Amino acid sequence: MIKRSDFPILQKKINGRPLVYFDNAATTQKSNFVLKALGDYYRHYNSNVHRGSNPLADAATRRYEAARDIVANFIKAEREEIIFTRGTTEAINLVARTWGEANLKAGDVVILSIAEHHANIVPWLQRQAKQKIKIKYIPLHSDGTWNLAAAKRLLNHPRVKLLAVAQVSNVLGIINPVSELIRLAHRRGIITLVDAAQSVAHLKIDVRRLDCDFLAFSGHKIGGPTGVGVLFGRRKILETMPAFLGGGDMISFVTTKNFGLNDLPYKFEAGTPDIAGVIGLGAACRYLEKLDYQQIARQEKKLTAYFLKKINRLNFVKVLGRASSKLPVFSLILDGLHPHDAADLLGQEGIILRAGHHCAQPLHDFFKTPASLRASLSFYNTTGEIDFFITKLRELQRAWRRL
Amino acid sequence: MDLYAQNIMDHYKNPRHRGPLSDADYQQREINQTCGDDLTVFIKFAGKKIKTITFIGSGCVISQAGISILSEKLVGKTKEQVLAYGFDKIKKIFGIAISDRRYNCAMLGLRAIHKALS
Repeated sequence: MIKRSDFPILQKKINGRPLVYFDNAATTQKSNFVLKALGDYYRHYNSNVHRGSNPLADAATRRYEAARDIVANFIKAEREEIIFTRGTTEAINLVARTWGEANLKAGDVVILSIAEHHANIVPWLQRQAKQKIKIKYIPLHSDGTWNLAAAKRLLNHPRVKLLAVAQVSNVLGIINPVSELIRLAHRRGIITLVDAAQSVAHLKIDVRRLDCDFLAFSGHKIGGPTGVGVLFGRRKILETMPAFLGGGDMISFVTTKNFGLNDLPYKFEAGTPDIAGVIGLGAACRYLEKLDYQQIARQEKKLTAYFLKKINRLNFVKVLGRASSKLPVFSLILDGLHPHDAADLLGQEGIILRAGHHCAQPLHDFFKTPASLRASLSFYNTTGEIDFFITKLRELQRAWRRL
Repeated sequence: MDLYAQNIMDHYKNPRHRGPLSDADYQQREINQTCGDDLTVFIKFAGKKIKTITFIGSGCVISQAGISILSEKLVGKTKEQVLAYGFDKIKKIFGIAISDRRYNCAMLGLRAIHKALS
């Protein structure tokens, strides 16, 4: 059962008003379950992993590696295929800097969509600058969905080496038909990367069923702590990839002249990892599984339908992206009201929203707007909160018009 | 619902000196990357002192009202005086409390003017 009381921050007040947290696409709130896992590590068995032969190091290593098992099972991967990173951004950069550097040649093509987050654009632009690759973007229809016919044409280009796309847009909340493109890509020997930063909190992920080669997500967007994320990579591809960062843990031996690489997944985890973060991420995965994705989907479908019903009645609001296959993420354009002002003033009423381009400038350029006001909901939000938001938005617009 | 202070809303709704200045001595465009505020300032001097400031662009209330206020308050100042202005001076000129989240909006106009003059 969904219990708001599991999330202590949701009981908080802002300026004396109840906190209405509508910024879940930026980061999610943490449950007591996760907070306890973090605290327990630092209180009871804080120690480095994979090193000293002492009981504390044993306890820390056991729980750190148990978290890897939890995450592997969570997305149906093998434990050697789970690499802990600082987040989605670092995970994608890891692929670009290792697989990309080793495999992309001048003239090779990487396919993205125009709706990507900057974290899945800039690492490839950096490769373009260094290796003279070409980047082609899947265009969108005006409702925000992929132009699949155009995407298929792009995949037909003989030099395409990689398809790297978000499963869900962080601006539009639209669930993209990634499986369909992955199937086509694999028929042509194209490697596939799924940016799952926005999907994992809402959709059950099975990397075998998706059949992707890489998948990246962040802990803090699924109820886990900040500073930790996951790169899934297909084992046989990870094995052939050069290492990423160099340092402790990623080596098998070091001499003054040379070094050897450690086995998977340690080959890609140089230095002391975010041990508490990984353990907290494991707890967050377990929390979501216990809650059950079917229940999450039921609640979020209800919230999505309710939000759209209410917002559609406001004639001064336009919602970006109108696809039916949508998570409760809504980017709004308000008549005569700049998103920054709206986020600021509604924030004073306790409603937490985000204004800006949400790290998706090319997508905002596509919609010909510099910025939008984003409300992104989670299973712990309520229809009552949506009512409060709508009331305050109307109040704001009325006050604005009167001036 | 509490909106912004009256002088800010007044400058936003009735911007002073909006429009390009064909014989400007300095011209500078400045963009706020995170929120898309877009501002171009035009500055004309008479001797050592600023004679006219005008601006074009679009953005949030704080950035647009802010440059409108500056277009009045900086007239008669020298380049050196204006270059010495910082956030504290802006808060004083605007006459409102500015939260951390609006720092970039509040500073956009001054940043454009500083870039233009240096």
